[in-house]
Amino acid sequence: MENYILGILTTSGVYALLALGLNMTWGVTGIANFGLAGFFAVGAYAAAIGSTVLGLPIWASALLSIAVGGLFGLLVSMSTIRLRGDYLAIVTLGFTEVIRLVASNETWLTKGTDGISGIPGPFRGQVTPTEYNMISLGIVTLVVIAALIFCVRLVSSPYGRVLRAIRDDEGVAMAAGKNATMFKLQAFVIGAALMGLGGAVYAHYTSYISPDLFRPLISIYIFLALTIGGSGNNFGAVLGSILLLVLLEGSRFVMEWVPGLTGVQSAAMREAIIGLVLIVMTRFAAQGILRERNKQY
Amino acid sequence: MFLQYIVNGIFYGATLALPAIGLTLIFAVLRFPTFALAAHLAVGAYAGYVLNVWFGLPVVPSYVFAFIVAGLVGVVGDEVAVKPLDGRGSLSVAIVTIALSIIIENVMRFSFGNELRGFDVPLYRDAVFGGVRFGFQQVINFGAALVIMLVVFGFLTFTTLGKAMRAVADNPSLAALRGINPHFIRRFAVFLGMGLAGLGGALIAAETSVDPLMGTRTMLPIFAAAILGGLGSIPGAVLGAIIIGIISETALMFIPPTYRSAVSFFVLIIVLSFRPQGILGDLKK
Repeated sequence: MENYILGILTTSGVYALLALGLNMTWGVTGIANFGLAGFFAVGAYAAAIGSTVLGLPIWASALLSIAVGGLFGLLVSMSTIRLRGDYLAIVTLGFTEVIRLVASNETWLTKGTDGISGIPGPFRGQVTPTEYNMISLGIVTLVVIAALIFCVRLVSSPYGRVLRAIRDDEGVAMAAGKNATMFKLQAFVIGAALMGLGGAVYAHYTSYISPDLFRPLISIYIFLALTIGGSGNNFGAVLGSILLLVLLEGSRFVMEWVPGLTGVQSAAMREAIIGLVLIVMTRFAAQGILRERNKQY
Repeated sequence: MFLQYIVNGIFYGATLALPAIGLTLIFAVLRFPTFALAAHLAVGAYAGYVLNVWFGLPVVPSYVFAFIVAGLVGVVGDEVAVKPLDGRGSLSVAIVTIALSIIIENVMRFSFGNELRGFDVPLYRDAVFGGVRFGFQQVINFGAALVIMLVVFGFLTFTTLGKAMRAVADNPSLAALRGINPHFIRRFAVFLGMGLAGLGGALIAAETSVDPLMGTRTMLPIFAAAILGGLGSIPGAVLGAIIIGIISETALMFIPPTYRSAVSFFVLIIVLSFRPQGILGDLKK
């Protein structure tokens, strides 16, 4: 039971990193990025390959994941950031799909659908599983706090002010002499790098990754987390990730109470509930729990 | 051998054409690309499957049923989830239509499970002309797609309702001044568009199989086709679908078949980088 709770908290830490990345792109700058699952995957694979094949220490493979996440963010955004939001949504969705195809088929690099196992975690094997979970939770908490401080400082800086101005009215920001395209590109890359870091933390914590883990649904989970917590607010992103895990795990227990459901049926019900909550939140409570502060420019 | 790839590409393109027309039609009237379209392929395919396999009806009534059910599901989803967001920006709409797609797909998964299901269609040997193989079901689908396209064209060109739809697409406020009810036109465009997606889904299912995620898997080629042709242009959607079909199939000479949908992604990136309005699109709109 304590391992279960520790595991959930650690997972919500990973989701918090993803949500912070999404907040940077979508919440603060207003760019639709449905490629979250793809950047998450890219980061996780970079960490897995970096540590198992290249033999990098964990901190170095995490840095590699940040760099690779950011690089892919640059590649995706370079050709498309000028486009209308809905086109960008399509391209980023497609990106997730292509990453999954590559992860499933390029066996020489990713071991295909078998996935990569035996990714080292800090002190794994040297301590009991419970101790390992506690150490992991501690490390993830520190990483999330560091990312949170970074994001909060960035958003409240003059730089963050420009990003928010672009989100609210791109024309005005450009009239004020800001190169909106450049700022959007940078925000997209920072967001993708944070998602890559989330992938690294996930890979090192669970020790096993496979293409199945990076379904586009992950992107929707994180959009939901951010919407619940409060889009545009970094603390909201973290709070929303914890609440998302409560919702995900809570619905699991509720489904166990419904008699006569097969495993597939209860999984389908849970995913449908996530979709329903996202629609209801977007329509009736789009500001979330922690509203964005410091709105004045 | 090369000719075989071209022929396969045209057949593949024809199955993409109907959902691509649906997407572009809804875009023309509602001014946003709906991500819920993918799930409606599966809705239509399952509706056709139920009539064809459970009730033993022939494929043609099953296709009609697929059209109607997917169209109605589309209208209900639009009225309940999407329409109330009017004026909230295209990104809120994108999120809600994706969420809607997830809900619908999971209702399918809940009802039918994950396994692949096939239509009850007779098996025929492939016909061979000049060294090129033609699958029986492929030819039927191609013919069906062609007939449906002609019907849609005729409807939009000659009927009052079709003209009203084009008027709303061209200039909503002018159309409203002429007494055209925009709510009714919106409902009808969604019905027709989602119905065409469902019909396309049923055609694909008759040729291959149906499962809850079949639409999501086909989504990228459909979007690539509609955008390549020019979002909002129906002849463009057909042209785009055929081009995407041919490029995807001929690419298989160089890459493994599992990467077929990745080809659409790269075509999409190239089109959006160099000609975002597509081949027949009009950027001014």
